[in-house]
Amino acid sequence: MKTIQECLQERILIIDGAMGTMIQRHKLTEADYRGERFKDWHTDVKGNNDLLCLTQPDIITGIHEEYLEAGADIIETNTFSSTNIAQADYDMQSLAYELNVAAAACARKAVEKYVKKDGRPRFVAGAIGPLNKTLSLSPDVNNPGSRGLTFDEAADGYYEQIKGLADGGVDALLIETIFDTLNAKAAIYAAKKYFRETGKELPIMISGTITDASGRTLSGQTLEAFYISVKHAKPLSIGLNCALGAQEMRGHIEELSQIASCYTSAYPNAGLPNAMGEYDEQPHQTAHFIEEWAKEGFVNIVGGCCGTTPDHIKHIAEQVKKFVPRQLPVVEEVY
Amino acid sequence: MIIKPYLRLSGLEPLIVRPETNFVNVGERTNVTGSKKFARLIKENKFEEALGVARQQVEGGAQIVDVNMDDALLDGVQAMTTFLNYLQSEPDIAKVPVMIDSSKFEVIEAGLKCVQGKCIVNSISLKEGEEKFIHQAQICLSFGAAVIVMAFDENGQADTLEKRVNISERAYRILTEVVGFDPQDIIFDLNIFAIATGLEEHNNYAVDFIEATRIIKQKFPLVKISGGVSNLSFSFRGNDHVREAMHSVFLFYAIQAGMDMGIVNAGQLVVYDQIEPELKKLCEDVIFNRNNDNNEATDKLIAFAETVKATGKEEKKDDAWRQTSVEERLKHALVNGITEYIDEDTEEARQTYPRPLDVIEGPLMDGMNVVGDLFGAGKMFLPQVVKSARVMKKSVAWLTPFIEAEKQGNTSNAPRILMATVKGDVHDIGKNIVGVVLGCNGYDIIDMGVMVPADKILDAAEKEKADIIGLSGLITPSLDEMVHVAREMKRRGMKQPLLIGGATTSRTHTAVKIEPEYGNGVVHVLDASRSVTVAGSLLSNENKPAFLQGVAAEYQKLRDDFGKRQSFKQYISFADAQNNAVKVDWSEYKPVKPSFLGTKVFEEFDLAEIRKYIDWGPFFIAWEMGGRFPQLLEDAVIGKEATKLYNDANALLDKIVTEKWLTAKGVIGFYEATKTGADSVRVNHNGEPVKLEFLRQQVKKAADQPNLSLADFIAPEGTGIEDYIGAFAVTIHGIEPHLKKFADQYDDYNKIMLQALADRFAEGFAEVLHERVRKDYWGYAKDEHLTNEELIKEIYTGIRPAPGYPACPDHTEKYKLFDLLNATENTGIELTESLAMYPAASVCGWYFSNPKSQYFGVGKISQDQLNDYSQRKGWTAEEAEKWLRQNME
Repeated sequence: MKTIQECLQERILIIDGAMGTMIQRHKLTEADYRGERFKDWHTDVKGNNDLLCLTQPDIITGIHEEYLEAGADIIETNTFSSTNIAQADYDMQSLAYELNVAAAACARKAVEKYVKKDGRPRFVAGAIGPLNKTLSLSPDVNNPGSRGLTFDEAADGYYEQIKGLADGGVDALLIETIFDTLNAKAAIYAAKKYFRETGKELPIMISGTITDASGRTLSGQTLEAFYISVKHAKPLSIGLNCALGAQEMRGHIEELSQIASCYTSAYPNAGLPNAMGEYDEQPHQTAHFIEEWAKEGFVNIVGGCCGTTPDHIKHIAEQVKKFVPRQLPVVEEVY
Repeated sequence: MIIKPYLRLSGLEPLIVRPETNFVNVGERTNVTGSKKFARLIKENKFEEALGVARQQVEGGAQIVDVNMDDALLDGVQAMTTFLNYLQSEPDIAKVPVMIDSSKFEVIEAGLKCVQGKCIVNSISLKEGEEKFIHQAQICLSFGAAVIVMAFDENGQADTLEKRVNISERAYRILTEVVGFDPQDIIFDLNIFAIATGLEEHNNYAVDFIEATRIIKQKFPLVKISGGVSNLSFSFRGNDHVREAMHSVFLFYAIQAGMDMGIVNAGQLVVYDQIEPELKKLCEDVIFNRNNDNNEATDKLIAFAETVKATGKEEKKDDAWRQTSVEERLKHALVNGITEYIDEDTEEARQTYPRPLDVIEGPLMDGMNVVGDLFGAGKMFLPQVVKSARVMKKSVAWLTPFIEAEKQGNTSNAPRILMATVKGDVHDIGKNIVGVVLGCNGYDIIDMGVMVPADKILDAAEKEKADIIGLSGLITPSLDEMVHVAREMKRRGMKQPLLIGGATTSRTHTAVKIEPEYGNGVVHVLDASRSVTVAGSLLSNENKPAFLQGVAAEYQKLRDDFGKRQSFKQYISFADAQNNAVKVDWSEYKPVKPSFLGTKVFEEFDLAEIRKYIDWGPFFIAWEMGGRFPQLLEDAVIGKEATKLYNDANALLDKIVTEKWLTAKGVIGFYEATKTGADSVRVNHNGEPVKLEFLRQQVKKAADQPNLSLADFIAPEGTGIEDYIGAFAVTIHGIEPHLKKFADQYDDYNKIMLQALADRFAEGFAEVLHERVRKDYWGYAKDEHLTNEELIKEIYTGIRPAPGYPACPDHTEKYKLFDLLNATENTGIELTESLAMYPAASVCGWYFSNPKSQYFGVGKISQDQLNDYSQRKGWTAEEAEKWLRQNME
């Protein structure tokens, strides 16, 4: 079977769409979230989507399959919040490792099923979210020097997640929705440490988030500064996801495609949310924007984030398949 | 696509060290071993204040800040962590990369855990053997940091050329082959040691450093060379004059040899060319160890240094003002526009004076009065005054919470001036400048912004008890609106004097049209400097009556002159004027067909390209610095400040362009056009006729001189000639968030600068588009080759007159222009009810290609033409008066 690197040389790869949007469609109750195992858990757990990998694995595997059916080459594990830090919201920090292993298994199962069907290679990316705390910003306006957590705590949390994802069999690590580069650096640090200690190395994919029209991350970096700050990960791909719709993301993706020495990825939201917080952008609309990026040669990996559905992914996959992927730039070794 | 192997660092913003970067300044003052002040602040846990040291470095030109907490009395890990966390909260400082500097690796590691950008570690070395070196380098790499490697090994610090080269070579191999560093992320510190110490063995240190730099750069072209420059002159401490000269001379040669960066006090380097020749030669001798047998060169430099010490007290005056009383310091800061110490000085004053308000009314006002006097005497210029205002605002901002804490309600006794740009107008650069200058002179300014309707202005004036109302406007319809405001003031029975300012306003208009409407004082203010004396006179009970009497008499005379002058000019009848149109021999001339008909939109025109077309003359006029550009930069009186302003503007331009602060959007269009009447042109808009109406000069001309109308430049119906007209609208978007950012920082200087530059961009955009239209899109002047100066002088064929300006003064034709171009949708420009364009930095107009077409002013027209024109436009008499008042007798 071809590796992800080999596939990226040949064509634009499709990454899946939103997990949360799809889970919402199942209209799960508190009891559904708890399942048998956590029926007596001492806090509410509804909304802990990552927990469903343990309590409703068939639903999660089913969503993965819908995306694979729609044409996704890469699916993301349902582990956006599967660190001991984020799980503390539900007092489930001790489950972090197990959640990652289970999530990887759900995704692996779906992928194997589809690979068996037609032999086309597909990949599982272990999703590593941004944490619910930030290393570069103070939680206390009166004390700019304070921090909600330490770098070592973040790195330890990420290390445990990475170990779980790797043990569960993911093909790559995807550090995504980065709004604070220092958090991402902690994840990179943890990954490198894991690689060093186990001798096992996985490709790292990186995806940041530009939060507003200023073109900067939440922690204040310009796009190029962000890329320079994470380049030492020697990532397989660098890209952007979430926060903006495709229309607003275009300029940033174009810039990134010009400065990145690795592959580029982009998986925007389905437009900007309306007044009710819902995403209105239709599959063909999203696909239309992304088609243009493919045509211009900006991207190697495309897909969707919040509000996108298998239908969006299907349209995107159909629109971009006629274009060749962005060519990697030549990185010179002398001036 | 190619990616170059440059050293790329980042704070919030990237720093890319290219071969042409020349030299990177690393700020050295945030170092407890080098700055006593910084060390004291850190020891006292005054991190907020310590940030000021970092800010000063960045403002002074440091591109990287070096942070060092190596002090026996400090917990280095703790101090480094806390300071860097603070630093991340200040975007002004955090924008540059950090150099984490410590001799203890655990402090470096702690620092790396606090910074999101790509840092430099300063430093690691082979001092404790390879194993430790590799381990530390690996940690640096896992944070993505670049490293400085000291030329130091198990046997000690490299002090010869050979040792420097050998150690660097060994370290390079290990880092690239064992650890996996990119060569461009390796920086060697080749040890700058003190020279001219009197010890012979030290004399060759600088030579060796420079030579080692040359050799290492040849062997490993991608690595960088750095060093702590101030060590060099250690034996001359206390004599900054000599030290700075030594540093400059040393850097001059070291940079040529390949030195890339250095830890220096960026603000304290003399320009190499400005070092006196004798000192320069002495410095070169000690640095190159020339003429130095028996320390001869050293002794000469020491002897020279003694003479400087004796006579050179002047050199120390930079800091001397810090030793004076707090009142003097505040004054100095205000006059010199220094914000660095203003918070601490204000605080000291607050603790000295009984009430915080006393600080404002005492020392701050005294200082601003000095500024006002100097400005009035022409010894300070507007850009400096705006910087003073920034200091003032910062100081007041410091005091405000204390003043409010006193809960005295309305605490300010300063006279209040309320200012607004009138309804329908969006221009406010001039108003902002006047506001700043008046603010500097102790007035409390309430700025209501732009497009403010009369009732809002007057309601606010009553509510806020304004002492003076100031109106501003740039476009001609604003003149009417000002008349309206004056009438309203009379109707409401208001008492405040009214100030009138802005580019289209004039003393004559104010005298003839506005002053008669309102009896309690209407004064036209020519410029910002004049506004201070006018406001002062109006608010003084003693001077006010005499001042207003003087103004009234002056305006009466203007009105009389105006009445008389009318009768001197002779006008011909509209019919005669039409008969005296431009004669174009249409049988001789064939209009060129544009390359397309319809519109072409420019979504995001390259700002760097537009920049080349900027006309600087109006920029300096906006800052009240008249004169020809570039000659005014050399002007004996204003040259120095004009140059400063020009440099600041260019620095901001660099930012605007590279960081894409602004977006230039535009649209052009070409249409078939036929002259259907003496002053009417029919335009084919996708098959629909659109009729444009023009006005014709009626003043009596010399023989052979035509009475011009733009319609004359389009081929008339019946000639069978196909002719065309073009149109354009351009604008600069995206200024608002940056204006807000500057406003939040009390930085009027940059705020006004940015507005002025946005205007220049809009004009430049119109210029570059016009050129491309002539050469390409319309293509009637394909062979044109003009310099920017020639463009500004308008020596090209064809014109681009704007509706509302002299050649076609009727603003309402803009509606047709906007419809033809679909300009609002294509460019985002909105038209106000007075036909001003928003964003304010916008330009629109027609293109005429006829070789006879020229710019002109319609001037005054007579009733016969007004009637005819009104009929063509379908206007009532009131509408005609409203839109063409400035052209009516």
